[in-house]
Amino acid sequence: MDGTRRDFLYVASGAMAAVGAAAAAWPFVDQMNPSAAALALSTVEVDLAPVAVGQQIVVKWRGHPLFVRRRTPAEIDAAKKVDVASLPDPLARNANKPDSAPATDADRVIKPEWLVLIGVCTHLGCTPTGFEGEYGGWLCHCHGSEYDTAGRIRKGPAPENLAVPPYAFLSDTRVKVG
Amino acid sequence: MSGPSTYNPQSGLEKWIDQRLPLPRLMHDTMRTFPTPRNLNIWYTFGGILTFCLGVQIITGIVLAMHYVSNAGLAFDSVEAIMRDVNYGWLIRFIHANGASMFFLAVYIHMFRGLYYGSYKAPRELIWIIGVLIYLLMMATAFFGYVLPWGQMSFWGATVITNLFSAIPVVGSHIATWLWGDFAVGDATLNRFFSLHYLLPFIIAGVVGLQIWALHVPGNNNQLGIDVKSPQDTVPFHPYYTVKDAFYLCLFVLFFAFFVFYAPDFFGNPDNYEQANPLVTPPDIVPEWYLLPFYAMLRSIPNKLMGVIVMGGAIVTLFFLPWLDTSRVRSCRFRPLMKQFFWAFAVACVLLGYCGAQSVDAAVAGIPLLWVARLATLYYFVFFWILMPIIGLIETPKKLPASIAQSVLGDSAAAAAE
Repeated sequence: MDGTRRDFLYVASGAMAAVGAAAAAWPFVDQMNPSAAALALSTVEVDLAPVAVGQQIVVKWRGHPLFVRRRTPAEIDAAKKVDVASLPDPLARNANKPDSAPATDADRVIKPEWLVLIGVCTHLGCTPTGFEGEYGGWLCHCHGSEYDTAGRIRKGPAPENLAVPPYAFLSDTRVKVG
Repeated sequence: MSGPSTYNPQSGLEKWIDQRLPLPRLMHDTMRTFPTPRNLNIWYTFGGILTFCLGVQIITGIVLAMHYVSNAGLAFDSVEAIMRDVNYGWLIRFIHANGASMFFLAVYIHMFRGLYYGSYKAPRELIWIIGVLIYLLMMATAFFGYVLPWGQMSFWGATVITNLFSAIPVVGSHIATWLWGDFAVGDATLNRFFSLHYLLPFIIAGVVGLQIWALHVPGNNNQLGIDVKSPQDTVPFHPYYTVKDAFYLCLFVLFFAFFVFYAPDFFGNPDNYEQANPLVTPPDIVPEWYLLPFYAMLRSIPNKLMGVIVMGGAIVTLFFLPWLDTSRVRSCRFRPLMKQFFWAFAVACVLLGYCGAQSVDAAVAGIPLLWVARLATLYYFVFFWILMPIIGLIETPKKLPASIAQSVLGDSAAAAAE
């Protein structure tokens, strides 16, 4: 009788201590996560009027560079001709489309002329350089990932297409990101 | 070798202390009379040199922290103020920055020495494993420290290294965000890295204590790789090895001082004199030289997750080393076959370091370095996981000397000393 009572006390206090330790540890783990101030979704408005055809501008959004590129008809055609099945990452990675959307050129943009991307290489986070590499899109100098004119990964170690942020056109020459 | 204590307190005060806190006894037994193989060569002085390096980094680091500001807006300027305004700030910072390189240079010599003379083999497995742990802690500390000046290389180095965790399936990106404290490397990241950079050296000091403790159970290995068999094989640690260590430490400090005074930016990267800019990655980002071999491995694998696994695996492999080597002979001096593959391994490591420093599409004499790095990476793993177990079984070692004393003093003198 004494034995079982002791066992019960032993297991119960051990379990209580484990739960207590985990509960006490959590604040010390969670303090590392972004604070509410960092989480507050910031938005940025970009004026498209000064951007010429074939040009790209870089804007800062949420600490990351944002690429806004006005593509030439040739670049759009090149991006459209690609067979989606042949891509390393067949998903659109577009916050404005369903998660399952395929990586067709149409699903990477809202208006074909304007390509808006988060300028963070999906390999290890460097900023790729525009108008470089075999596919004329972006080349990441850190580890040699190459993206095409729709920002899709074509060659190198990066696993995913450049992400498309949530954005909307406020007018023909103004876009709001975030 | 941790035999009975030879400490014999003389004065009343010594006896009084010894009965309450036997610290003088511990120091006497471990640093004075500790029986040490009488044949240890120059490569065995690096343990002492490494302890010195740790001390230098801690002292200079504490001083630098008195002037440094861990804020993304102020960090870069505060480092420049240390260089220009703080009295002798330039000296203290250059000692700290070059000290990191000296620390790694010494640790690599120390590790290759252990590898060559079989110092990881029974009964010294834990000494080796604790050593690999120290090496890992050193890499983490150096990485955190490199971020603090908040230059371009600091920022993008931090971005690339923290992004390694995003390769982990499902939870990877959450881990990266957790490490950053934001959506990208920023002020929150810099602050926590400063906190950890201050903490880790003291953890290293603690683990070094464990390693010395573990070392003092079987005692030092030696370049012959044979056990101590009689008191003739040893000399007391003091004065024999305190003096030998001090002499080579002086030479090492001369070498160290050359860089501090005449080439303080030799190991640095000019891009780090430009303040961090989250919008522009420098065209060629390279880590500090001591991480280049691992960086080359990462780059040579055309798949993100596999690259990270291979790079991590290269270090994890070291933990298994004591059980991968099947030979009964420790020292490569008596292992004709292993000796050759050891040097090939050293060459592979240097080649990896060289490839890691070049741009990703570079070629030398028409040979793409990407493939050189791939072959060297392959050899790294083949050496440990395939060659080591097999060579230990098929190799015929040379005849081992009868004893340390005999190899040092010759047959007749060793017999006379008996």
